Amino acid sequence: MSALTALARLRAVREGVAQPITTVRHCHLSDRPMVFIPLRMAGEAAAPLGAMVGTDPEHPRLLVVPQPRNRDLRFAFAGELAEVLLPYIEGFGKTTETVEKRGGEPYERCLDAPQILVPNRPAVAFTGLLGRSTRFRRADGPYPVHPSVPLLGRWLTYFADRSAQPGSSLLPAVTEVLGAHWATGQSGLEDANLAALLGWIDPPAGMDGRRAAQEAEDPLLWPPAGPATDPGFDNEVLAPAIRAYEEAPTSRAVERIARALRTQLEPTWRLMWRAVELLRALPEGSRVADRWEVDRGSFTRFVERIAEGAPPQARRDGAVSAAARLAGLERARASYDVQRAYDDPLVMAEYRLTGEAFAGVVTGAEPEHFEGEGRSRKLRPLIRVRTDDPVRLAPGTAVGSPDRRGHGAEVLGFADGEILLKITKGMGRGKVPAPGSVPEPGERVCYTSLTDDFQSSAALPDPENTPWTHGGPPQEYVPDDDDAQEEWS
Amino acid sequence: MKRLDALRGPVPPRPHDARAIAALAANPGCARRAVLDAAGVDKDGTARHLGFPAPFGQSQFAITRGNVFETLVKENGCAELLRLMRELLGLPVAQVGYQDVENVGSHLRASHTRALIDRAARESEDSAVFYDHPLFSLEIAGHTCYLEPDVVAFQLGGRFHIVEIKSFAVIDGQAEPEKVAAAARQAAVYVLALRTLMAELGHDPERVSHDVVLVCPENFANRPTATLLDVRRQLAVLKRQLTRMTRVDRLVEDLPPGLTFSLDPDSEGVPTRPAAELAEALARVPARYAPDCLSTCDMCMFCRDEARACGSTDLLGRQIRDQLGGVSRMTEALALAEGAAEPAEDQEEVARLLRLANRLREECLA
Repeated sequence: MSALTALARLRAVREGVAQPITTVRHCHLSDRPMVFIPLRMAGEAAAPLGAMVGTDPEHPRLLVVPQPRNRDLRFAFAGELAEVLLPYIEGFGKTTETVEKRGGEPYERCLDAPQILVPNRPAVAFTGLLGRSTRFRRADGPYPVHPSVPLLGRWLTYFADRSAQPGSSLLPAVTEVLGAHWATGQSGLEDANLAALLGWIDPPAGMDGRRAAQEAEDPLLWPPAGPATDPGFDNEVLAPAIRAYEEAPTSRAVERIARALRTQLEPTWRLMWRAVELLRALPEGSRVADRWEVDRGSFTRFVERIAEGAPPQARRDGAVSAAARLAGLERARASYDVQRAYDDPLVMAEYRLTGEAFAGVVTGAEPEHFEGEGRSRKLRPLIRVRTDDPVRLAPGTAVGSPDRRGHGAEVLGFADGEILLKITKGMGRGKVPAPGSVPEPGERVCYTSLTDDFQSSAALPDPENTPWTHGGPPQEYVPDDDDAQEEWS
Repeated sequence: MKRLDALRGPVPPRPHDARAIAALAANPGCARRAVLDAAGVDKDGTARHLGFPAPFGQSQFAITRGNVFETLVKENGCAELLRLMRELLGLPVAQVGYQDVENVGSHLRASHTRALIDRAARESEDSAVFYDHPLFSLEIAGHTCYLEPDVVAFQLGGRFHIVEIKSFAVIDGQAEPEKVAAAARQAAVYVLALRTLMAELGHDPERVSHDVVLVCPENFANRPTATLLDVRRQLAVLKRQLTRMTRVDRLVEDLPPGLTFSLDPDSEGVPTRPAAELAEALARVPARYAPDCLSTCDMCMFCRDEARACGSTDLLGRQIRDQLGGVSRMTEALALAEGAAEPAEDQEEVARLLRLANRLREECLA
């Protein structure tokens, strides 16, 4: 949270409407996203109560569990959810492109990948738990379930895991995505309420953001976006309806519960699609496609794993895979931060504020400056940049620039409010710099010490060689009947 | 004491629970909450009467599930709990006693708890005992609060453990971090209360373990599982906050004489006091609103509204407030950023930062 965001929030309060904190969209938005709004029964860890799901804003599919404490009904729900989600997910696995990699085997990558939008972070966690509670079930043996249920479980687990990856857009939580693009006039805690957040970003005509957000806090007008339901609704509407179903499990009783849940889900359904419209209106950042490519690669690998018949994901990561995963997350975080700054001057401004970046006008250039003698004589153009930013870069620091890809320079020193830079990368191979590769006097440039250089992955032992300090080699997972019999109260 | 009674009005004081104390310790600077709690004012009723009810409903599904689980764990003199404790602590416990402190009248519970704990600490026998529904007391801001923990104290050989039963699930050894953190904060209050009691009785307070036993349902079933939770950090935080807290008597001293938060209930308990008058009385004790209050304090909606009315930067959260270098009004911060106001002596640095931020925003959005 920087002074820039703080200022944007103050402005939002004054203007009565949320203020942009980016100039472009930093997440991928699918042409045909799947919106998924799950509800959980209060007090239970992962008992689904119902869900609204679908890719067509006009035709949501409502799934209902008339008695969430009943194991069979829960698995029936999982089966129905699989009917909606699996064809959508598997549809993307069919069209692939061949990627030629320098110095490696060419491989296949899906042309596009599924994108499931959920309202908030707890919905992501609930998706993970739903995955956990279904992926070990079996289609044969004791308590058999429909074969689609364990498969759904593995996919939900995959999506929930992937959602921890910074920059991934496979399972975004919409409140987080909106919050990354707009600053509201309320606290971050209150932004977790989807209706209130959208009230600030897009207040209805004749209303300011604060009024809209305040109205959105009334659960009777705007039911919570789940997975937790409004306790008042539970006590006054849902409990009697479930009791009626217990007494007489007729289709009328189910219909009554479905009607009740529809009232809770439909407002959020509309908000989700409104959020999609708002996000779609933002121009996409130039590195978003690169990150989506990484998502597509990850998705393709998981499609292949499933096709190969790999076992369901372990209950807990082993030591080596946990360490590898953590290192991967850290790399993704660092790279995501840098990419956003390079894509977006308003994000870069955060670094200019702290002195890790600066922008200014070129006041002088010496494009044909050389260093060294004889064979080691190298082209090292010099430029001078005038800036008003509070630069905090020591001489010798390597800097990059969002203006030119592959361009690199080194800070030489400061004089009279000007910074002297030596260009070290991106001039081409010729004796003189390639045209346009050295900034010319009068040009506005931006440089930063943030660089998204390739980072090799951490050196970790193979899982078979896990040292005893970390529990030794993990036991291999062998599915057995115990998994299927896991108690479900 | 009389003063606090006058502040509360003609109703019995509200007892504290550990959640309230943990919340109080989370916002030690809030004088309003400290005074209301010390006087035992019904904050929920007050907020309702003011027209600012707190959004803390509880679903009957959650309550039912919680009760079912607790009954299951405590059935047959805590038989299930004993099994868990044996496995968890590796104890050679053959037999266990069970003492329900609630069996005696409520006015005797505090002294009964005292006597039982004293005897157990003195005898240090090898037998184990569960003490259900003990009543502890703790001094908060110079004022004694009684705690009725929904916990069990377990004693073996003169050593005590606090056992907390919660109905959130532990799945594959992991539970929701916020819920565990809240449970740890509450348990720390009980550990502190029991340690204080031990010290008062002349025993070594360290005989109360800082490892709390957390009993939760495992995975998706109702079967309980027990985990040891080290609450040393929470204890340290709690102790520090409690000592930092301004003594309530000093806070009360500064209040105008005759001030009361009474709802003036009629013979049927219906409040008759005009809400505006009550709001005015409350405004005499400054609150320190933070968005975190929205999940912990019954008065949150009232205090938020008050903070909005005066345009306080507290509304945007502590992080933002810190970014603004403690400038307390939103309009003031904006004026500094836009150069419409001259910074005071101690605001020069934050003003420079805000002006730079303002210039960068203008430049990027132009």
